[in-house]
Amino acid sequence: MAVKKNLVTNPKWCKGCGICVAFCPKDVLAIKKEKIVIENPDNCIKCGLCELRCPDYAIWLEEEE
Amino acid sequence: MPSKLIEKTLRVNRLPHIWCPGCGHGILMRDVAQAIDNCGLDPDKVVIVSGIGCSSRAAGYMNYNTLHTTHGRALAFATGVKMANPDLTVICITGDGDCTAIGGNHLIHACRRNIDITSIVFNNNIYGMTGGQYSPTTPHGEKGTTAPYGNIDYNFDIPKLAEAAGATFTGRCTAYHAPQAIKLIEDAIKHHGFSLIEGMSVCPTYYGRKNKKGDSVAMMNWQKDTCIDAKVASKLPPEKLEGKILIGELSRDESKEEYTDMYMKIIEKCGGNK
Repeated sequence: MAVKKNLVTNPKWCKGCGICVAFCPKDVLAIKKEKIVIENPDNCIKCGLCELRCPDYAIWLEEEE
Repeated sequence: MPSKLIEKTLRVNRLPHIWCPGCGHGILMRDVAQAIDNCGLDPDKVVIVSGIGCSSRAAGYMNYNTLHTTHGRALAFATGVKMANPDLTVICITGDGDCTAIGGNHLIHACRRNIDITSIVFNNNIYGMTGGQYSPTTPHGEKGTTAPYGNIDYNFDIPKLAEAAGATFTGRCTAYHAPQAIKLIEDAIKHHGFSLIEGMSVCPTYYGRKNKKGDSVAMMNWQKDTCIDAKVASKLPPEKLEGKILIGELSRDESKEEYTDMYMKIIEKCGGNK
């Protein structure tokens, strides 16, 4: 059975560079007031590209327990 | 709470790191951490050695045995660590200036010896920490604080330099191609001998701004468009490779014996360890 994953952010570590927003294939993310915001969570396909490319480790997929 | 990987491999109480917004070093450091984790190494047997510069801050954030050394001498210290205890996995994180300018001599001699160290060069094409002076990898014609009219030096190709000096594993990865970078660093750690990986970073603050390359997203898109995997490139005609940069594994030589292995043989021959 596939493990359910959730997209999680840590705005405290986000520096607002916009890399995750630019490389998200489904336009899930946005930068507001220089911090990461998950704008369309329903569009997320849990590909994890944001986690791989976030230089500040401020966004990641967490496995649901 | 950060992700499981970050919690396991980095010193979370030191984060967020000091690197600028959009700096590629954070992405490359995560790649290194993921590669070490994928190799299943005992964290107590891993040593991270770094020199001086933006890149070398990594040693302060990684939760292994770490050593932050003098400018350019990361490989010299790493050689000492490896010689004292060959059972350790020694990984050297250094920058383009640290590795090829100030530590250029240490680099070529570590390559020549084929000592089992994995060296990862975070290449941002400029001296970021000191204010954007041109480095040995600033491309010809590009600008830096000390080259306001364009750099007249020709830049180093770091993997080629290492290969020519005798490194038995060389490769290149980018901040954009993160999954490939993790695999490449993993292969380099597993390689028994000196391996050198050039990690192409992005420096939007100095290199990007001085040369009007745009923000880090634009610079990463440039990496996406310009870099091509060496395996794919070998099947393409030369005209399609013009202006392209090869990434992935670039050279491998399994014929040379590793340095500490040879040294242990000498110790045994002379009756040591008895």
